[in-house]
Amino acid sequence: MSLLSAKNWSVGYAKKILLDGIELDVCAGEIVTLIGPNGAGKSTVLKSLTRHLASLGGTVYVDGRDFRGIPHKEFATKFSVVLTERLKTERMTCREVVETGRYPYTGFFGRLTERDRAIVRESLAMVGGETLEELPFGAVSDGQRQRILLARAICQQPQIMVLDEPTSFLDIRYKIELLSILRRLAAERNMSVVLSLHEIDLAAKISDRIVCVCGDRVLRAGTPEEIFCGDTVRELYGIRAGDYNALFGSVELEKPAGTGRVFVLAGGGSGIPVFRALQRRGIPFSTGILGENDVDYQVARALAYTTVSVPAFCSVEEEALVRAAAEMQRAGGLLLACAQFGPVNARAAELETIAARQNLPIWRRAEEIPRGEARP
Amino acid sequence: MNEEIKKKRRYAICFAGLLVALFGAVILNVWVGSANISVPDVFRILFTDQFAGQAIHTIVWNVRLPRLCAAALLGGALGVSGYLLQTYFRNPICSPFELGVSSGAKMLLAFCMVFAANFLGGMSSVGMVVASFLGSLLCMGFVLLCAGKTRNMAVLLIIGIMIGYVCSAVTELIITFAEQEEIVNLTFWGMGSFSGTDWQEVFVIAAFVLAGMAGTVLLIKPITAFQLGEGYAQSMGMNVRLFRVLIILLSSLLSACVVAFAGPISFVGIAVPHLTKLLFSSSKPAVVLPGSFVLGAVFCLLCDLIARTVFAPTELAIGTVTAIFGAPVVIGMLLQSRRKSV
Repeated sequence: MSLLSAKNWSVGYAKKILLDGIELDVCAGEIVTLIGPNGAGKSTVLKSLTRHLASLGGTVYVDGRDFRGIPHKEFATKFSVVLTERLKTERMTCREVVETGRYPYTGFFGRLTERDRAIVRESLAMVGGETLEELPFGAVSDGQRQRILLARAICQQPQIMVLDEPTSFLDIRYKIELLSILRRLAAERNMSVVLSLHEIDLAAKISDRIVCVCGDRVLRAGTPEEIFCGDTVRELYGIRAGDYNALFGSVELEKPAGTGRVFVLAGGGSGIPVFRALQRRGIPFSTGILGENDVDYQVARALAYTTVSVPAFCSVEEEALVRAAAEMQRAGGLLLACAQFGPVNARAAELETIAARQNLPIWRRAEEIPRGEARP
Repeated sequence: MNEEIKKKRRYAICFAGLLVALFGAVILNVWVGSANISVPDVFRILFTDQFAGQAIHTIVWNVRLPRLCAAALLGGALGVSGYLLQTYFRNPICSPFELGVSSGAKMLLAFCMVFAANFLGGMSSVGMVVASFLGSLLCMGFVLLCAGKTRNMAVLLIIGIMIGYVCSAVTELIITFAEQEEIVNLTFWGMGSFSGTDWQEVFVIAAFVLAGMAGTVLLIKPITAFQLGEGYAQSMGMNVRLFRVLIILLSSLLSACVVAFAGPISFVGIAVPHLTKLLFSSSKPAVVLPGSFVLGAVFCLLCDLIARTVFAPTELAIGTVTAIFGAPVVIGMLLQSRRKSV
């Protein structure tokens, strides 16, 4: 049975419903990530989940109980949060910030017992923040601050942790570290984690399930494999220029306008840097002869004017060579990116001879190609 | 954990220092004055019956002691009240005086005093506290109403100052139409002074201030959580709404008490909590609250001493002295907070 389950749940600000009909299930030990464009309502969903905003219809069940009826104190032992708001903590040290996480467990005056202190130390150790303990919270870096806030949330010993864009302001190393800690929490403590992320590539890697939030409704929910295929991401974010590669989880910018002015002989990854260089210089290009399982093929599809390809694991035959030669002639030049030839692509090497025979210019680097006007 | 011990030692040393300063300030206040009393005599008067019945005994016991008790208690109340408002608004330049709360208290009190003098034949000291308490709640309520509309602290502060001006204007208006003998009283009181406090008033002050302090001490835990901001405080299981009401009631009660007995006093509310945090190098409520109380007491005792001795026999308004010593602290504080946000 799921630990958390939203039934026909509506959320929004100031009595105005922003998203409705939300159905959401989170099991213990599961990481669920909300993705979606800016202003789509990810934060609203999370704030409503932690009861910072009142629910506007339907409800969420926690362990089968309507979450609206759970008293403040008890609620705090089930949920803990990492918020986006910047803290002004004056002279609090990092440890003091973490200690506040024990609030729901301490007595009337908030005195920490030896056990509380042990939990604080353990939480700090979990995020690798032991050395920060005595530093003023206001004086540490963004990455360290986020780790301390995570330790605070851990130390509250919740069943469900809710994080609103925890990776904003962090550099790539801290992003990876932070998400690894979340994975460990889910695995070791069976904690459920609900978070929102802007980095869809990271979302695909960390999440058990992805929820796409878009404007007035939850667009889709499912495993990363279900979400990151086809055009879901393009549709969710309304991407018109450029492309998102679901397999790589990477972004390609818009392809250069116009018909191909050069034919790139690529393959085995030799093409990707050349494609990107041509894209930056604004030179439209065609490429080939790529097997559909070639790594270059993924990027070529997003950036090339046309791609001459052969089915996966098939060798280049006469027919493909003719197509490539025709395209090369139309483009008016050859760029040799690929230098390795084996049984599968041996015949592609013949393009060089063909180009020489036809007196077409042959380049070896993208920088050698004159910028010039795109041919009509 | 070594750091922990170091910190505890620092707290202990600071508290000891503050208490010594308090004791020193008390002795100084008993000793210095228009009637000449030698230091050994001060102790004899305080701790033995040797001088009973003599004039200096009366001066010390019926004039200087009640006055210094009032100054100490009200100074402490101002420090704590300022700390509560600064916590509430999460802004270091909030205090009852700046938010117009003192002026509101003064306005309603002036109104009640004139009204009572005409129809009831005078006002009890408890009545004065109640009137100024209601006055401060009135202003606080208005500031809070505006706080719901704007998140900008600078705007809120300016609104507070504006309310202060309006209330002062209304007070002036009341004074303009008051009877001759009330005016003297009101004007002098309006400048703020601890003079003329008797023991009965001291007991009333003590009752209100200690009640307010006790209430504040009970809130130490939620104040700690609230330092992380409302969002986190709520997520830790705190009833934020109730907490906000309690903080407002307590800080209004404390500042109302000050206004009722000494008139509006500026800068203590801002400067004292800040100095305390600086002194203890901490913002832990469990340390800063009592620290602010004692430091506020010392600060006001010294300011009162200066007010009544520098140009003796002419007494200065207490606000004059606190402003001279408090304003530089606030300016320094603002400039420093620009440099680093620690």
